Amino acid sequence: MSVATVPLPVIAQRVSREAWVARAGVILLVAWLVLSIALPLWALLSKSFQNANGEFIGVANYLRYFSTPSLFNSIFNSVGVAIATTVIVIPLAFVYAYALTRTRMRFKGLFYAAAMLPLFAPSLLSAISLIYLFGNQGLLKGLMFGSSIYGANGIIVAQVFYCFPHALIIAVTALALADARLYEVADALGTRKSRIFRTVTLPGAKFGLINAAFVVFTLVVTDFGIAKVIGGQFNVLATDAYKQVVGQQNFEMGAVVGMVLLVPAVLAFVIDRMVQRRQVALLSARAVPLEPKQNRPRDAALMVYCLVIGGILVGVLGTAIWASFITYWPYNLTPTLKNYDFANFDPGGWSPYFTSIWMATLAAVFGTGIVFTGAYVVEKTRVMPGGRMIAHLLAMLPMAVPGLVLGLGYVFFVNARWNPLGFLYGTLAVLVINSIAHFYTVAHITSLTALKQIDPEFESVSASLKVPFWRTFARVTVPICWPAILDIAIYIFVNALTTVSAVIFLYGPDTKLAAIAIVHMDEMGASAAAAGMATMIVFTALGAKLLQLLLDRLLFTRLQAWRKR
Amino acid sequence: MLKRGFALLGAGCLAALVAAAPAFAQKTKVTLYTALENDQLGPFKQIIEAAVPEADIVWVRDSTGVITARFLAEKDNPRADMVFGLAVTSLILFEKQGLLETYEPKGVDKLRPQFRDGTPPYTWTGMDAFVSVVCFNTAEAAKGNVKAPTSWKDLTGPEYKGKIVMPHPASSGTGYLAVAAWLQIMGEAEGWKFMDGLHENIGVYTHSGSAPCVQAAKGERMVGIGFDMRGAREKSQGAPLELILPKEGAGWDMEATSIVKGTKNLAIAKQIADWGASKQASELYSKYYALVADPTVRNLPTNYPATAEQAMVKNDFAWMAENRDRILAEWSKRYESKAAPK
Repeated sequence: MSVATVPLPVIAQRVSREAWVARAGVILLVAWLVLSIALPLWALLSKSFQNANGEFIGVANYLRYFSTPSLFNSIFNSVGVAIATTVIVIPLAFVYAYALTRTRMRFKGLFYAAAMLPLFAPSLLSAISLIYLFGNQGLLKGLMFGSSIYGANGIIVAQVFYCFPHALIIAVTALALADARLYEVADALGTRKSRIFRTVTLPGAKFGLINAAFVVFTLVVTDFGIAKVIGGQFNVLATDAYKQVVGQQNFEMGAVVGMVLLVPAVLAFVIDRMVQRRQVALLSARAVPLEPKQNRPRDAALMVYCLVIGGILVGVLGTAIWASFITYWPYNLTPTLKNYDFANFDPGGWSPYFTSIWMATLAAVFGTGIVFTGAYVVEKTRVMPGGRMIAHLLAMLPMAVPGLVLGLGYVFFVNARWNPLGFLYGTLAVLVINSIAHFYTVAHITSLTALKQIDPEFESVSASLKVPFWRTFARVTVPICWPAILDIAIYIFVNALTTVSAVIFLYGPDTKLAAIAIVHMDEMGASAAAAGMATMIVFTALGAKLLQLLLDRLLFTRLQAWRKR
Repeated sequence: MLKRGFALLGAGCLAALVAAAPAFAQKTKVTLYTALENDQLGPFKQIIEAAVPEADIVWVRDSTGVITARFLAEKDNPRADMVFGLAVTSLILFEKQGLLETYEPKGVDKLRPQFRDGTPPYTWTGMDAFVSVVCFNTAEAAKGNVKAPTSWKDLTGPEYKGKIVMPHPASSGTGYLAVAAWLQIMGEAEGWKFMDGLHENIGVYTHSGSAPCVQAAKGERMVGIGFDMRGAREKSQGAPLELILPKEGAGWDMEATSIVKGTKNLAIAKQIADWGASKQASELYSKYYALVADPTVRNLPTNYPATAEQAMVKNDFAWMAENRDRILAEWSKRYESKAAPK
């Protein structure tokens, strides 16, 4: 009897210790998410109902906002350019994606890579390029037929360039999967090609396209860099927020603009969720993957299309790089390196560039650690279901929150009188935390997807072998998920490097980032130096991506050998 | 209790991040708010640190309006130790609100009289002055056969429609001094009427005071209402630029230094203020500005418009400071709510 009872308390103790660690994990995660996501947003919301002295004044700020035409007109401007961009970019990206997925065109990889290029540059790079191409002294000014690139036109064109890869990724995913049987049946019934496209292809990709439309719409409404550079006197919400907060230190009105900015983004997010819910599985277990058939005229035509679009994307990027080597546009075109002597244009010289790399590295390292461990806690532990659900919801929140709005929230949160974290204002730490929060959702979803692929049996077996879950996590889960982890790290690194809108309010005297230096240099007219700094960011981000591909090839083929037989 | 625990926990995690920043030994960080041009900050920092070795200068730089607004917004909890190179109109505003330390740097009696704070308490000392000019791109003008303007009034002519840029007066000191000068030389009613006409020709109001002459220099616009030194610099880099001082006279402003009340680094700030009034400092200023505090220092750069000093209007800084809010409000009521030019 005594023999049987003695070990039991030991196991119970061990189990409870493990549970306590898991509970601590959940609590820490929720605390982190509340601190870095929920409280800043709360600070923004409450600020919009206060006056300059922090007293509650109800909706007075909103009344003032909506009774000032110069402010609320920006809503129409923002929504207008966003709709125009969406209408242009979705068909363009759809056809491009169609060529990549449903034809036997050659060089698909190359075309895909070309279309991804804008992801590696700050959004305003396209605007700088457009000024060199179509500005009043532009190379191709003749194509403008006397109208001006400054204003809505310029914003829309630059946004199309910037949003193209975002739309393309979703469109490719939507088109990649299709049931060949549907097409065979349609063919057998003698259905015309145009009809098949209308009744089979389009409905299959419908949800993807709607999703892409909302992503693009939100990106345009909330992007700051492009409107700042090429918007001229055309005011949009994002530049209004900047003018109110940075230009006039009118934080309350800035908070109102932030809340207004949140509306289209949240609306888009909610509608998108509702639409997605109606989506039914396209692929049943018996589906046959579609293999595109040879069709020379079609493939040739689409290849020309891809050459044109891909060529334009590369060309726009190339223009900025080329412009950064010009001595004095447009009167002295001799190539020079002096635009890279940034000290002549910005007090920080090269230091914003290194600050950016350091910030992005910290965000990638800490962010990946926090997000992946957090996702593990949410997905694999079995304690505090309520807490884990809250953590999951908070982790999904940043998706609906534009960077500019989150950045504003951080300003109010960190500067709040009651906040003991006030010392963080202007430090690198706050930029890192903000970047992690800003890109949390995508990293979280990637982690969950990777974790869901791992059989929960691992945890059960470990438990029965009396191995604590953190050892399973370190020895099994993390090694299996290396490719996903690396993917997350690079994703955060590249985005932290290129983002402008989230950090424009947050940097301090010692922590100016490269993307902000670009804004400042462009503002004082040094567009060649701005293009130079943007070029440095592009190459650094591309370098990081190449490093990832290389590591994937070299290291992980060995670590991941188990995936193959 | 719980909330506080979280905060502390978060703070702990972050302390590790913060500690990663490199630390400088034995130097005191002194935060200087400035509206000096970006390219001047590097050399200024170097020379000030050589003169005051304990100081480690940290610049916070933005346009005049932004720095002014930021300083006022932080008045309960000032983050600047000094203001170094900001329009004197802004400093007069700060002095009125009691935000500046009373201190008369050594050697100010040797400076030009208008570069010294004439009304007690003594809070600011002038460094340099800059003058409004019209930067006119002759290459672009030749294409459209447009004649160079000789007066401000000429700029309201139809041939300049959409071809003029000027800085936004709320964010740029260059912009405000131009507007204030028009109101002073033409009188309020005439001045606003002139700006109504000018507004019809403006392509864009820029955030920075440098941008107009740079844009005119590159031919992106034909006419930029900017300031003397930026225009001269662009011209020296080979831009087909003519610097015009309109015959009605040109507005100007002075940049000055001042110590912020309540700074923790008062001793070092005083040393920097002393240096700012020295002849060595004026020699540095004169690399970038034609008119500087020390009357014995004179160094006109190449391509500097010869008539600039004569063209300077009689300027009432106190008036400019007192009426700043009113003028800017009127300006934005008139020109900001208008629909964007297509």
